[in-house]
Amino acid sequence: MQQRKVAVGAVALVSTLVLTGCASDTGSNGEAAVDCSPAGEAVTLEFTSWIPGIEEVVGIWNDANPDIQVKVQTGPNGNGGTYKNFFNQLAAGDAPDLGQIEYDALPNFVVQDGLTDISVCEDVVKAESEFVPWTWGQVTLGGGEAVYGVPQDSGPMALFYRADLFEANGIAIPTTWDEYKEAAKAVRAAGGYITNFSTADINQFAGFVWQAGGSWFSSEGDAWTVDLADDASVKVAEYWQSMIDEDLVATYPAWTDEWNNAYNSSTVWSWTSAVWGANSISSGAPDTAGNWAVAPAPQWTEGAEEAGNWGGSSTAVFTGTDHLYEATKFALWLNTSEEALTALNSLANLYPATLEGMQLPALKEGVEFYGGQPIYDVFATAAEQVSPDFVWGPTMTQTYADVSDGFGKAATGSGTLLDALEKGTAKTIAAFKAQSIPVNE
Amino acid sequence: MSKSASLAYKQEPLLSRAAAMLIMGVFTLYFLVPIWWLFVASTKDKGDILTTAPLWFADFNFFENLGALTEYRGGVYFQWLLNSALYAGLGALVATVFAGMAGYALSKYQFRGRDTVFNVILGGVLVPSTALALPLFLMFSQVELTNTFWAVFLPSIASPFGVYLSRIFAAQAVPDEVLEASRLDGSGELRTFFTIGWRLMLPGLVTVFLFQFVTIWNNFFLPLIMLRSEELFPVTFGLYAWNTQLNQIPELRSYVLIGALISIIPLIVMFLSLQRFWRNGVGAGAIK
Repeated sequence: MQQRKVAVGAVALVSTLVLTGCASDTGSNGEAAVDCSPAGEAVTLEFTSWIPGIEEVVGIWNDANPDIQVKVQTGPNGNGGTYKNFFNQLAAGDAPDLGQIEYDALPNFVVQDGLTDISVCEDVVKAESEFVPWTWGQVTLGGGEAVYGVPQDSGPMALFYRADLFEANGIAIPTTWDEYKEAAKAVRAAGGYITNFSTADINQFAGFVWQAGGSWFSSEGDAWTVDLADDASVKVAEYWQSMIDEDLVATYPAWTDEWNNAYNSSTVWSWTSAVWGANSISSGAPDTAGNWAVAPAPQWTEGAEEAGNWGGSSTAVFTGTDHLYEATKFALWLNTSEEALTALNSLANLYPATLEGMQLPALKEGVEFYGGQPIYDVFATAAEQVSPDFVWGPTMTQTYADVSDGFGKAATGSGTLLDALEKGTAKTIAAFKAQSIPVNE
Repeated sequence: MSKSASLAYKQEPLLSRAAAMLIMGVFTLYFLVPIWWLFVASTKDKGDILTTAPLWFADFNFFENLGALTEYRGGVYFQWLLNSALYAGLGALVATVFAGMAGYALSKYQFRGRDTVFNVILGGVLVPSTALALPLFLMFSQVELTNTFWAVFLPSIASPFGVYLSRIFAAQAVPDEVLEASRLDGSGELRTFFTIGWRLMLPGLVTVFLFQFVTIWNNFFLPLIMLRSEELFPVTFGLYAWNTQLNQIPELRSYVLIGALISIIPLIVMFLSLQRFWRNGVGAGAIK
């Protein structure tokens, strides 16, 4: 009810500001422009993040900046409860100064008037060139000038595959999705599955759509357009539907023991996943150490260089902070300085969103689990191939839930992926209307 | 009671007894297997958890895992255990005292609006605590008590169900004659309650304590909404937070497992040591 009112105002405003790309100095909250000047005295900022070990990284900052002390607050990951808490705190006027927000959740906060436009701070605008361009697109929402966060990490996607098994069976490493399907048949004949198609977690699918050049959300004028079944999505959905129908892929729920076990027991031979997936495989399939390798993700057209993205987050400044200047200074340090990025990488396996960060010494080394291959070079290349045009909608939690319901049915044969996307579109539009978010039909 | 029960036992046909035993056996297994699994899993090292038979041991790494849990993030896990003990132990104790006093008063004193008060409290039993969490958060925000010990402790000391139970216990365990006698002897009402009423109600109050202890120990939603500082988390919430980070830090899996195992020990100890009272308390109503 209160949310609804806020949403109407915010959307109208955000749409004019961001989506039509019209420059403005006013904050997203419709109040007078927030001033970005130093407080002139010692301040303490509150920062909520669920990254393991974040206290240590912040400790480095606190030691060096006695005048800007940062207090870390923590909790479960965003969708595990922390986003809900952010909204509660915003409602209570009690939000922290800074918070970790994943790219796909940012529009939700913007629409509900939860974030400060930090582009009023000069340093923020100057920092743009340090970031991988598409990550900046994720925090500016649609390429406008308002900036709602500092990119933190990203999840460029590439192909993890069992080098030993592909070689022993004489199967070439696929470079296109057509070749991938041919390879899948060969793998199936050899008794394995080429990959696992995750039906419970549709973020992987979104990454595939992203790579194929699709976009689920867009906006013209002051209204959103929702189309989870655009041409690219249809292509991707039909491709994976045929893989499921022909029994060429496994459909274990991701991150479960049976899923880990499928990789560990060499039942599943490859995985097109984000950079952080490297860690999921090495811990989930310890028996296969040394046998994996990484190659660029298969392409839709021969010789293309497109990559998808899966995951990534930003450091955002909440509405109501009294210390915008200090908050952005800290957020920029956290996400651009070599010492912070190195610490975030070693403590939490975060893959930096800055161009320089991708060249960290730790990311240049060969990785034992992957036969000594310097795998992060592949991801650094992929990161620069991610399209900047993919936009998330403001009700992603609900959209994910609706679509994954349908994906589950597709896995058991009582529906198709395309059905799920079409129903997801309808339900998402309904959810927009319920929140008074203007929508084109 | 026991005599007639055993008599009935003998007369029962063997078949139905066997069926009953079978059902009980199946359910016992159903409840014990997850705990067994948890115990076995927490003795394995990271790799073995996924690769070896889930219900039998591989290399025995229990103490290594325990050591790793102790070291991880400065032993924050044990801080969480301590917090849980404080929230649940102290909270249940205070809640029991309040509920005992309220139940005693509602049962032993005649006053205007007594039934109304009792009905309102009874209504409180029906309101799920999750529904109250958000309004509580907004109220605590107003007085700047969110993210403090009090944010979890204060809501825990109210136990409508405890008041309801206490009223029943007081009605049957504390005879009016005893109270009159003590009044004649010149004892004040408070003193009468704490020296006589309290003692007579004790088995019932232990039941209230146990109920409230378990409720607070398992209350997950309130800490989720109220707390932001790791050092204030109760163990259930801390383990949940770790569990949501498995994607990023798969190593946390072994900490979550052994942490979960250790966290059920206090509950088991509590039940075993108080079950004598507990059984008396629960049974009290039935016998009369």
